[in-house]
Amino acid sequence: MKSFNYHAPKDVKDASKLASSSSAFLAGGMTTIPSMKLGLASYKDVIDIKNIKKLSGIKVSGKTVTVGATTKHVEVASSKEVQKAIPALAKLAGNIGDAQVRNRGTIGGSISNNDPSACYPSACMALNAVIHTNKRKIDAEKFFVGMFETALKNGELVEAIEFQIPEKADYQKHPNPASRYAIIGVFVAKHKKDVNVAVTGAKSCVYIDKDLSKKLSSSFSAAAIEGMEVKSSGMNSDMHASAEYRANLVSLYAKKAVEAC
Amino acid sequence: MASLVGSRVERKEDGRFITGKGRYTADINIANQTHAVFVRSPHARAKIKGVDTTKALKSSGVVGVLTGKEIAEDKIGGLIAGWAIRSEDGSEMKVPANPPLAKDIANFVGEPIAVVFAETLDEAKEGAEKVKVDYKVLKAVVDPAEAMKSETIHDGVEKNLCYDWLLGDRKAVDEAFAKADKIIKVDLINNRLVPNAMEPRACVVDYNTASEEITLYTTSQNPHLSRLVMSAFGGVAPENKLRVVAPDVGGGFGSKINVYNEEIVCSWASKKIERPIKWVAERTESFLTDTHGRDHVTHAELAVTNDGKFLGFKNETIANLGAYARVFGTVTPTYLFGPCATGVYVIPAAYSNVKAVYTNTAPVDAYRGAGRPEATYTIERLVEKAAMELGIDRTELRMKNFPTQFPFKQTLVHTVDSGDYVAGLEKAKQMADYEGFEARRKKSEANGKLRGIGVSSYFEACGIAPSAAVMSLGCGVGLWESAEVRFNPTGQISVFTGAHSHGQSHQTTFAQIAADELGVPMENIDVVHGDTDKGTFGMGTYGSRSLTVGGIAIVNACKKIVAKGKRVAAKMLEVNEDEIEFKDGEFVALKSNKKKTIGEVAFACYLPGQRDEMKSPIPEGDEPGLIESSFFDPANFSFPAGSHICEVEIDPDTGNVKVEKYTAVDDFGRIVNPMIVEGQVHGGIAQGIGQALHENTQYDETGQLMTASYMDYTMPRADNFPEFNLGFTCTHATSNPLGVKGCGEAGAIASPPTVMNAVIDALGGQEISMPATAEKVWKACKKIKKSNAKAA
Ligand SMILES: Cc1cc2nc3c(=O)[nH]c(=O)nc-3n(C[C@H](O)[C@H](O)[C@H](O)COP(=O)(O)OP(=O)(O)OC[C@H]3O[C@@H](n4cnc5c(N)ncnc54)[C@H](O)[C@@H]3O)c2cc1C
Repeated sequence: MKSFNYHAPKDVKDASKLASSSSAFLAGGMTTIPSMKLGLASYKDVIDIKNIKKLSGIKVSGKTVTVGATTKHVEVASSKEVQKAIPALAKLAGNIGDAQVRNRGTIGGSISNNDPSACYPSACMALNAVIHTNKRKIDAEKFFVGMFETALKNGELVEAIEFQIPEKADYQKHPNPASRYAIIGVFVAKHKKDVNVAVTGAKSCVYIDKDLSKKLSSSFSAAAIEGMEVKSSGMNSDMHASAEYRANLVSLYAKKAVEAC
Repeated sequence: MASLVGSRVERKEDGRFITGKGRYTADINIANQTHAVFVRSPHARAKIKGVDTTKALKSSGVVGVLTGKEIAEDKIGGLIAGWAIRSEDGSEMKVPANPPLAKDIANFVGEPIAVVFAETLDEAKEGAEKVKVDYKVLKAVVDPAEAMKSETIHDGVEKNLCYDWLLGDRKAVDEAFAKADKIIKVDLINNRLVPNAMEPRACVVDYNTASEEITLYTTSQNPHLSRLVMSAFGGVAPENKLRVVAPDVGGGFGSKINVYNEEIVCSWASKKIERPIKWVAERTESFLTDTHGRDHVTHAELAVTNDGKFLGFKNETIANLGAYARVFGTVTPTYLFGPCATGVYVIPAAYSNVKAVYTNTAPVDAYRGAGRPEATYTIERLVEKAAMELGIDRTELRMKNFPTQFPFKQTLVHTVDSGDYVAGLEKAKQMADYEGFEARRKKSEANGKLRGIGVSSYFEACGIAPSAAVMSLGCGVGLWESAEVRFNPTGQISVFTGAHSHGQSHQTTFAQIAADELGVPMENIDVVHGDTDKGTFGMGTYGSRSLTVGGIAIVNACKKIVAKGKRVAAKMLEVNEDEIEFKDGEFVALKSNKKKTIGEVAFACYLPGQRDEMKSPIPEGDEPGLIESSFFDPANFSFPAGSHICEVEIDPDTGNVKVEKYTAVDDFGRIVNPMIVEGQVHGGIAQGIGQALHENTQYDETGQLMTASYMDYTMPRADNFPEFNLGFTCTHATSNPLGVKGCGEAGAIASPPTVMNAVIDALGGQEISMPATAEKVWKACKKIKKSNAKAA
């Protein structure tokens, strides 16, 4: 690892002042540190945001659950409030990677990194989340732009993620046996008016499967999507899974998720 | 006194390992040390047109940069193949030079080209980035099945063929096949595995400018052998000026047998730059450059009669050696593989033909089981398929062909001294509730799942090995083992062994056997290993040999201690030697019942006199002191055997395979510490399940290792396994006085075919290759669905 300047500001203002084109925010470090160690990334300044109190914590209001950016996966998984308001979100957090990763990794780090096989982005999409940054509010749909790419501007800091509480929801994941990231993850959320089926792992970026969502919006049952073929075109094909296999898993896990709702 | 052999004594090692107090090579730091970083080839095959070190030498903190040119100028030797194999036509194997730093050509990704030493690790890394290597990239040979048709990698090695080896009688096999009712055929790939020891390789070298002695701390399974190789072939230093220390070593599985490039280079360079050097591999370096395991492409056939008698066996295998032939690289796919490929069966005619090829991939060498897992996979897939095709129960078919008389002269090489294969399989069936399987299958089916059962029966030749036998087969050294038992004046005992523990718990097991022999508490015994300055020469630990060969040397040395003790005690008690009995640590004069403890006798041996009396307890002809050593060379290999049974459940929608039940019944002869043995079996089965279902080493067509980290290479984890159900049968080995057979590799040998037989059973006999990953299994399930749909 190349040497760097380490900063640990106490508030968001200081953090954003320190940010530059050769800096990185450090949250759980589960992605940042390995990429620095492997020489894939190097920074002049590393800005540790874990000491900024405001960024951590969970708030539930009538209609939404707001999770602070540096809230760890283990905290979301074990939060009684989340378990009650959106059990699927707690379940998702509880199945991320392994215990070590869950004890350090954060929701803000996860969505800012926007790994194509990360779990949280699918929850953001399906739960109509709003991403609060130090500059603005961004709808999830606009936030996840492409592979490892988000709408965040240089130095822009995610402060919290505000999820809409659905009527019902579930998350189903087929883990990569090596890393335990999602080969496929399907988040199904039934809101009052419509249903969102968000898929991660399948393509270069998380997306809403419109066909599945539409079918389920008109009839929310596994039977409604039974036999519906998910097209494999545009899906990732790599040594872990072919596009064809991924497509099969999307339709399978969508059904499983509906059944589990 | 109760015997310690056979009891579940807690591991002496656990305390320090669990509390982080172990002392590994990377824990060692020497004042004034430099840090080494290697410049490695990013290409699988490339000509090295030039290496420019000027910028690196000017880089901050850099102390020195060395390349293949300097090491060649200093005439430092390369890495060696330890076993000479001859081809069927009588010609010697073809072994290319393997210089410690590649000078003219790089032959696999990760091969070291140059090394940078600097004051800090960061500076060394930065320096290494500034070494400019001018490569001309050549087309890489990656697929072993295609290697003989590809362009040659090494000058003078035609068709990339190291040897084309035959064991057995082709004509007899042809005749047997002509008489057969049925020929069962399989095409198998034994997937390449990365050993993944928990501790990556490392070395720390300290050159003493005063004594001119090099001390090398290293992650080795066999420090004495390393010193011999580095001295005799590397020319690094004379043996008496080279001390090799292998302190705590965190797992080897065969990957730490070899003397590697880094150890040779750092030892040579420490003398050159007159500074201590530390090198610790990063995990990616381990993936790229530790020797890998397996990697066979096999076609095998079994000739059978309709009533299930085996008549003949043939095995045509291509073994991938990787870029170079290493210490056990050439013997693993021949003498460690071929003879065991006929399995635990009476098969009148058999042959194994192995073509070992070079490719532009990491060298392949011994990995837990070395050759025997490949052999067992071959025969046990054939036998299972034969049972299916003949419609005979798989266990009945096996029993029908088991030998029932021991010693059993096996078709190809070995004479198996003892065993009871029927008893093992019967016990396994009972423990696994074999008869109840169909009911469980139906239950799974009712839940939309596919359930399968698989059996495999194995034997292995281990406890390597009788020196005369292995040297007649081309081995470059004798494979005896040594021990020294040193009674210290105050009664504590140091037991020196040439074997080395890197997870095998020798400090416990060896203390148990010595304590029993000497009649002293285990706590008085310290087992010392891993340092060429301490104790006698030894061959190290691999091939399940430590107890069966090294342990026996300890027993024999203890017996010599007792024999001398008897003579001394007799003189002390003023009786004849034959009137002394040794029991529970005491020498007893039978008539008078007067006694001397072994501690008193040892004390007398070191202080042989008395105040005011001219009297020595040392008999005439004996010398003072109480130290004995022994070199044990076994008369035969030892032959553990057993039967394993596995049940899997498959989810046809995802292809996920769940190992539901795993039963292992093994015959390891006498068991010294059941708890440790069970741990060894657990680990072996876990590795075998890893091979069967998870571990998937993949190179792309340019020779880049795609699975070079844990993000992509699937190591099995605890939640991949059920609770293992272990049982034992016991027939004693006749080739050693303890009757022990060795247990370190059995789990990894038996389990891959057991699991695969179960998966294939669940898939209705559809062949599928290892690792049976979810997607492969899902595809096979789709085929079943299709054919079921057609039938309906
Ligand atoms: C072995 C392993 C398995 C994993 N398995 C899963 C899995 O199953 N599912 C899953 O979803 N994820 C998985 N992950 C990812 C993990 O859960 C983390 O979420 C992820 O690594 C990043 O989070 P972090 O808090 O560690 O962020 P860091 O590594 O600290 O940061 C990641 C990136 O985000 C930026 N960043 C961090 N916080 C902010 C912020 N508040 N505002 C703006 N930018 C920010 C950083 O600058 C950096 O670029 C796995 C990771 C590992 C190592």
